[in-house]
This record gives sequence, structure tokens and C-alpha cells, in this order.
Amino acid sequence: MAGHDGGGCGRVTTSWRFVASMKPAPFAYTRAATIAEAIDLLAAEPDARLLAGGQSLGPMLNLRLARPTRLIDIKRAADLRMLEADSNRIRFGACWTHAEIEDRTIEDSTRGLLPHVARGIAYRAVRNRGTVGGSLAHADPAADWLTTLAALGATIIVHGATGARSCPATTFVQGPFTTALGPAELIVAIEVPRLSPAASWGYEKICRKTGEFARAIGAAILDEPTGLARVVCGAIGGAPIELPRTAARLAEAGAAAAAEMVADEMTALCGAAPWQVHAVAVRRALAQLAVPAGVTRDLPARPAAGAA
Amino acid sequence: MPDPSMTPEGFGIGARAPRKEDARHLHGRGCFVSDIHMAGLQDVAFLRSPVAHARVVSRAKPAGHEANVFFRDDLVGVAPIVTRSAMAGYKLSEFHPLAAERVRFVGEPVAMCIAASRAAAEDLTERVEVDYAELPAIASSAAGRAPGAARLHEHWPDNLFLETAFDSGIDAVAATAPVKVDLTLSCARQVMHPMEGRGLLCWWDHRAAQLVVHASTQVPHLIRAGLAEVLNIPQSAIRVAPPDIGGGFGYKCLLQPEDVAVAWLALTRKTPFRWIEDRREHLVAGANARQHDYRLTAYADQRGRLLGLDAEVMVDTGAYSVWPFTACLEAAQAGGNLPGPYDLAAYRCKTYSVATNKPPFAPYRGVARPGVCFAIELTIDAIARAVGREAWEVRAENLVPAAAMPYTNITGKRYDSGDYPASLLTARDMIGLPAHRAGPARDAQGRYLGIGFATYTEQTAHGTKVFAAWGLPLVPGYDQAFVKLTPDGALEVKAGIPTIGQGLETTLAQIAHEMTGVPFDTIRVTLGDTATTPFSTGAYASRGIVMSGGAVSRASEVLAGRIKAIAAHLLQVRAVNVTFRNGRIHAGAASLTYADVAHAWYARPEQLPDDVDTAGLEVTEGYKPAVDTGLFSYATHAARVAVDTETGQVEILDYVIVEDCGRMVNPMIVEGQACGGAAQGVGTALFEECPYNDDAQPLASTLMDYLLPGPTELPSFRVHHTETLSPHSAHGIKGVGEGGAIAPAGAIVNAINDALAPLGATLRDIPANPDRVLAAIAAARHGAA
Repeated sequence: MAGHDGGGCGRVTTSWRFVASMKPAPFAYTRAATIAEAIDLLAAEPDARLLAGGQSLGPMLNLRLARPTRLIDIKRAADLRMLEADSNRIRFGACWTHAEIEDRTIEDSTRGLLPHVARGIAYRAVRNRGTVGGSLAHADPAADWLTTLAALGATIIVHGATGARSCPATTFVQGPFTTALGPAELIVAIEVPRLSPAASWGYEKICRKTGEFARAIGAAILDEPTGLARVVCGAIGGAPIELPRTAARLAEAGAAAAAEMVADEMTALCGAAPWQVHAVAVRRALAQLAVPAGVTRDLPARPAAGAA
Repeated sequence: MPDPSMTPEGFGIGARAPRKEDARHLHGRGCFVSDIHMAGLQDVAFLRSPVAHARVVSRAKPAGHEANVFFRDDLVGVAPIVTRSAMAGYKLSEFHPLAAERVRFVGEPVAMCIAASRAAAEDLTERVEVDYAELPAIASSAAGRAPGAARLHEHWPDNLFLETAFDSGIDAVAATAPVKVDLTLSCARQVMHPMEGRGLLCWWDHRAAQLVVHASTQVPHLIRAGLAEVLNIPQSAIRVAPPDIGGGFGYKCLLQPEDVAVAWLALTRKTPFRWIEDRREHLVAGANARQHDYRLTAYADQRGRLLGLDAEVMVDTGAYSVWPFTACLEAAQAGGNLPGPYDLAAYRCKTYSVATNKPPFAPYRGVARPGVCFAIELTIDAIARAVGREAWEVRAENLVPAAAMPYTNITGKRYDSGDYPASLLTARDMIGLPAHRAGPARDAQGRYLGIGFATYTEQTAHGTKVFAAWGLPLVPGYDQAFVKLTPDGALEVKAGIPTIGQGLETTLAQIAHEMTGVPFDTIRVTLGDTATTPFSTGAYASRGIVMSGGAVSRASEVLAGRIKAIAAHLLQVRAVNVTFRNGRIHAGAASLTYADVAHAWYARPEQLPDDVDTAGLEVTEGYKPAVDTGLFSYATHAARVAVDTETGQVEILDYVIVEDCGRMVNPMIVEGQACGGAAQGVGTALFEECPYNDDAQPLASTLMDYLLPGPTELPSFRVHHTETLSPHSAHGIKGVGEGGAIAPAGAIVNAINDALAPLGATLRDIPANPDRVLAAIAAARHGAA
């Protein structure tokens, strides 16, 4: 990318085919300076793909699993880094990175949930480049943001050739690596409702290694002043699922009572057997709701080696 | 951490000298194969078989690119890799650099494509057309041994590279022993994952009339011999010059098809070519190791004293026999090492090296011993459970006691020195077993807690006698080293062993400094280049510091004598009165610099004594230990784990390593070896697995599927050293390169089983991933119901 630096520059087109260190199949490369440019380029070339942080697409290119005719680099499109807030919600552009959310470069309106989730994604080098929009568009069922945003009741703002529309996060993903995005559409922003100061949340990601894609995710949010009680289970092979009966029980009788519902409701919604670990994740998320409001939480500390 | 009082001042043997290698590596200025640039360099990509077992029906090159695409018949003059062995009943395989009429594993190279970049070369591979007629695939050892199984090598009567049997007589014990324990165990197939994969760059040096091979190899002098054989050219026409090497672990001590094909290109085209293995090639096509299946019956008395062991070991050796170590080194090591550090009176063992449709099995750090250690250590714990005693007590009573040293075990291995029970007891105390037993069985999060132990011996630097018995094509003998006092009084050390990350540039300099007194910072160590270094068979089998270190010691000793002779003449004293101290040469109150002595030899010969040694200030010497059947390092590892019985996740809370590798040349480097090996062992215990489906298709082709432990999955290993000198080697040094990787699976799975004992669950297969942990708990629940 050297030689083409400069924020706000116009469309840059080059061929990366013969850069010696690269392994992908040939593709053309264009940098889009605006959302509108990106949509024009997408509409003109059906097999083009958007490149944001490249943390999933990059390996897929090198493995030749992804073979776009053109990469449209949107990382420097200024309007994908918009930020608006009012008393009810925060709307942030799709190209903010996991690290920027972790660092609270964007105001956190979720009482620490978004920074907490961001910090559990992969490792810092990935978070420095990976974007929220890119992760949502890639729609790996085991990725964190899908489940988190569904639990928050967030909205995903999509632009395309025919204009803008809003998708609830709960229905944005339609299956593994499949989203509600149409041809020549892209995610431009995410809108997250503010939680009240009394809200509490629980987020349990079960994975084999620090930062690995999840084996199971449980997310629970209880915001009594606003009447919000939502319980979501993620990493189940497609879109995350809501557990409405468990959530209702949470609102009326508390987390411990709700936890007793989880296994049955999971079975009712997903069928038997393989959801044992997912039920554990949801129960543990519910158990975290008992943490008093105002206590800052972080990733679980590792027990000190040598502690007997 | 080790007792600092063990660390001498300075830079000699035993000092924690900072590594000479680190300056370039920490500044990112190392030079690995892929850092080398040459004018006209072309990249190579291989088209690899997508099927596990098939006849190649047809192959076609893309029109217009015929000159840049190669099939096997294009490699004129190249012989297949055939690894011979004198072991009775061993069967030969032909491993063609590019597939001949059959392919036998997914990833086997079928065509070679060249272009100005790797991307363009891969583009070409996509346009090569190959048709396959699939054959039944053999996806496991058991399938390979099943009656009526398809045969991998059509001229063989079965699918066994080798079958061995050892029997000291066990029937009497089997008939009378009061305690009998049966175990069926398995270890997953693993891949080695050095940070740098394999790779080589080859070019033709017109001036030297030599093929120059910059290969990431542990064995440059062996590769030279192997290439000469398959390319049918003299060894003198080949120079192997390894650059920096980012880890080897055994994968890089082999001659592989890609090496031969790329060398042939440079030899015939006389222009430079390179191939750099990518991580997917590494996962799918290379570096396979570790996959064993065990059926064990152990006999014991009522206190748990081991009376006999009856074992069957199957090794899933893949499709071809690797050069030079064969497909059978693993099983030979397994059968010989299964008794471990224990005093065992009766032993029967059958081994089967089974050919399967998988990449060839390669020797990986520890070579069979991580598997056999896991097997015998789980057996000891199972016996302890059967007799109702603590596992450490049963273990301690079965270990070879210090008073029995030197001890020849039932398979004829000579344990030279050490106190094995003491290492166990130290580990028991460091891990805090009594406090653990007195405390709660579960932690605040409800996880089950347990402690496990594993004790092992590590046969290191085993040499001529051992390898000759295996009948390998190249038997290691004397390793050689060269030392030279330069005209300005510095020291050059050269040895044929390469540096693969194990710190030899530092430790060999420490030995040379110890012997000559030349200041450490003026000692320059050059390794591996066949054009400039004396012969060594290379860096493997935990042999480097013993063999090359011994050779440097011996050469330095001779050089020291010559320095003293000249110094004595210059100072007009007797040579016996000359000493080395503080970087100078002393006799009484007088002293000289090394430059003064060097100056006399190189520039002022009129100052030399009349009887000066005309060989001058350079010496090449060879070395092997007085007894070359191996020097036995040993250790006990102890792990304390927490098992989440709802998710199956295991966390290592504490990990202790109590090790003895004889005299430590540099304790810091020993700790690096212990911790690095143990990290790989944690991978073996909990994470790493290359599953295959019934068609022998690999199911892990990226690092998302194949999990390596990262920093947060590893405990802070606590290392404790003891030093029992070997009676057989220079300075009492023993090897240490492999040991750390041997014990973790045994210690960690024993700890998991200890934690799960209240639930009656036991794990018998590794890696102990969450699914296996949950399955073991579920099985115990069903068994109890």
C-alpha cells in the first residue's frame, strides 16, 4: 500500500498480482474514499469484495478460498468512521476497530459490555486492524459481535444502490457466513441503544484458547428501569438465538430462577443433546448479572502460577 | 528458580552467558531462507494430490507453459528416495520427488511449477490437469492391519514397514501377579510447527562448480550426502550452507521430495530457485508425528510394585519411509523406551509400524518418548489406583534407585547416573501435594483440582552403537570441530552442526572460552556450512552440546597446549607454569595477550621456539563419548490442574520441572529448552491434533483447526536443576534438547484423572480436549448408573 497513502484521497487503483511476497490468486485493488464510491464499485463488479481490516479475508485470499476479481478497500472511507450520539443511542461507523472499542475511543454506552467483548477478540494485533463492520459482514457464527449486538438490541445500518435501510441485529445473520446484505450493499454503521446506569450484563465466551473463536457464547442483559431483559446464545452454527422465556423469567424472578430455564428452552429451540456447553455459557452469563452495578469488570484474571 | 550459587562468574561452562545469537534476532536482522534475495530468483510451487490414494491416470501441462511445469518424468537422472535399513523384515518404499504412477497421501507433490513469484507459480499449478483413479484409502493403523486391507505398496504382502517383538519371558508373572491393570491408550497425530517452516534456495556457483543449497536444515552434511545420492552427482559438487534456522524439532533432519526437486532445478537450469513451505503445506503434507496406539497389561504386587509389562504399540507411519531415519525409528524407540525410568523385571513388547495413506512419519522432539512416557506414566497411576495408594509413592518405589547406578535396564539401556526418586520427591514438594490433599477438591468456581506426575529418562547423544544396531544408512560417529587463534588473538570456532535456535553459538563459545581463556566476546562461532565446517551429522537426538561441545572442548584443549608452548617460549618459562586468567596469558608476574602469541606465529616467526608445533594455531578434532550408547538425562514434571466439568476445559494452575542434564553449560539455555519443550508438550497433552476422515482426508488444514497453545494457555513453568555428571562425557555434560517435550502429556493427564477421580472418570486419549474430557465424565456417569 506504500505510495498510496493519504486520507481523503480519491480512488486508487492498482494491481497487486506480481508483488512477490503475495500468494493470492490475481485480483485488482481499488481504494474507495466514500461509501458512495464503494457502492458504485460493488454494483459495477459482482465478484468484487470489500476489504476492511482484512483479518479474515486476508488469510482466505492467501489460501485462495476467496477469489474476488477486485478488492475494494474501505478502510480509509471517512464516512465509515462516523460517530453520532444522543441521549438514547450511539451510532458508530462500520470501520471502527475492535481495539478502538476496547480502548473506549468511542464512548461506551453499554456500561462496559462492548469494551469487554472487544478485549476478548483474538489478540491485540488482530484487534488493531479488525473492524466491527467487517466482522458482522463476514458472519462467522462463532464471532463475538453478532451475539453481543443481538443482546443489546442494536441496529445495523446498511446502504446500497437503492438507499439506506436498518436491520435489527437479531435478524441480520441468516446462517453461517450468510447475512441479510444484498448485492452492492454494505454495512455503514451500528446503532447501539444506551443502557441505563442501573443495567447489568453478563457475557460468557467459552473457547479453547484466549481470543479463539467461541465454542459457545452466552449473553444476558437486565435493565430494569427500561424494562429490558434479553438473553442470547451464540456460536450455535448460524444466527444467535434469543431465549425469550428465560429472559421473561429473568425479569420477573431474577437470574438464579432464569438459569433453571436455560437447558429446557435451548432444547425447545434447538433440539436435544449438543447444546450442553451452550447452556452452560448462558447460565454463567446469567450468574454474572449478580455482580453489583458499578463494579468494573474485565476478562477473568488467570490464577497466579504457583498458587497452591 | 535455580540456586544462583550454582552459577559461576564469567562466561565459562556453567555461566548464564547472554546469547550471542540474540543481538541479530531481537533486532529482526537474522537471515532465514526467505530473507535471501538473488537476481533471477524464481519461486517454486507444488501441485499436490487432493486424494489420499489413487492411480495417476493422466497429467497435462497448460499450453504455452510446458517449460515451467514439471512432472516426475521431467526430472531426468533423479532417483526416488529409498531409505535402507538393516533391521530384519524392514520393507523398502520408493518416495518419488514428484509422484510416479501412484499417489499415497493428500499433499503428495505431483507437479512442480516455477514463476517469478509464488503467487504466479500457484496460478500455474491451478492450470495443470491431473486425473486420478481413486483407490481404497487406509486412514489408521488399525485399518492398515485389518484382514483384507488394501495394500499401500503393491509388492508388499501387508502394510507393515516393520514388526518387532521383544520378550524377556512374562508368562510366569502373568499367571501369578496379584494385580493386573489393562489400558488402551492413543496419542493423536501431530505436526511440529517450528516458527519457520521448511524451505530452501538453490543456485549454481559457476566459479566453484557447485550446487549451493541454502536449506533450513538440521543436518547440512547429511543432506549433502542424500542429495548426491538421489541426484547422482559427487558430494564435492554440492555445498549445503544453511542460513538462520527458525526451529527444527526433527522435521528438518530429513531429505524431502521438495528438496530434491528444487535442487534438480538449480542443477539443470543453473539459475536460482526457491521453495518456501507455507503453513498449509506444513499442516497437510509434512512434519507428521506422534500418532501411537497402545494396548498395555501391567502386572504388580499388592503394594504396586511393577512385576511385568505386556505391550503392543502401533505407530501410524504414513506412506513412505523418511530419509535417513526410516519409518521404523519411532517404533524402535518406543519398544526400547517404554519401560522408562522404572526397574522392570519382565517385559514383552510387540511393535507395528503401519503404512497408511498419510504423510510420512517424522521424528519429532522426543522421538516416541512423549508417547511411551504418557503410556507408562498412566500405567503407574492406574496401578496406584488399583492398589489404593498415592501415585507418587508407587512411582517412587518403582523408579531405579540411585544406589543401582549405573543400571542396565531390561531392554539393555545403560542409565549412566542420577537419582530419579529424588527428582520425584522434589517435584512432589514443589507442587505442594500435601497441602493440596489437605485442601478442598474443588476451587471457588467449582472446578475439580488434581495433581499429576511424570518421570522420564531422556537418552541423549546416543551414537554409533545405537544407530548401527538400527542399521540406518548413515551412522553417527565422531563429530568434529575446528578452532583457530586468529592473527589478532581472537578465536574462531567452526563446527558442522547448524544452529537451529538452540543457542550453540553461545554454548560452544563458552566451552572454547573455558578451555582457552580467550575472551568470550572475541570468540566467533560459525556453524553448518559444508564448505567451511568440519563434518558433523547434525543437530538431532539431543546430541549437539555433547558431541559438538565435546569436539570443541577437545580441539580447544589441543590449541590451548600450543598457545601455552609459544607463550612459555616468549616468557622464558616452562609451559606447565603458564595459565589463562582474565583474558590474558600468565606466568608468575609476567603476562601476555593472546594477540602477542598469535603475532609470533603469524607475523614474527623468528620469535617461535625451534620445536614449535607446525600445525600452528588451528586445530580440528573429533569426539564421541567414551560410552556411546547414550547419556541419560532425566526429570520429573508435576502439574496441578483445574478441570471444568461443565465445559471440559482444563487449566494448568502450576507446573514444576525438576531436571538433571548433567553439567549445564548455560543454565539459562537449559531452562529455555525445558520450557520450550514443555510448551510443546502442553500442546500434545491438551490441544494439538491432525484428525483424518475415513478417506484419509486431513481435517486440520489451518491453524484455526489445529490449535497450538499460546502464551496464555501456558503456565509459568518453574524449573529446578540438579547436576549429576555423566561419567562418560567431556565435562560430564548430557543432552537436554528433547526432554521438556516428553513428560507433559503424562503429568497433565494424570493430573486430570486425579481431579476427576471423585467422578470415577479417566482419560486415556490425547489431546485431552474438552470433548474428550466431557465424554470421559459422561462415560463414568453411564458406567455408574
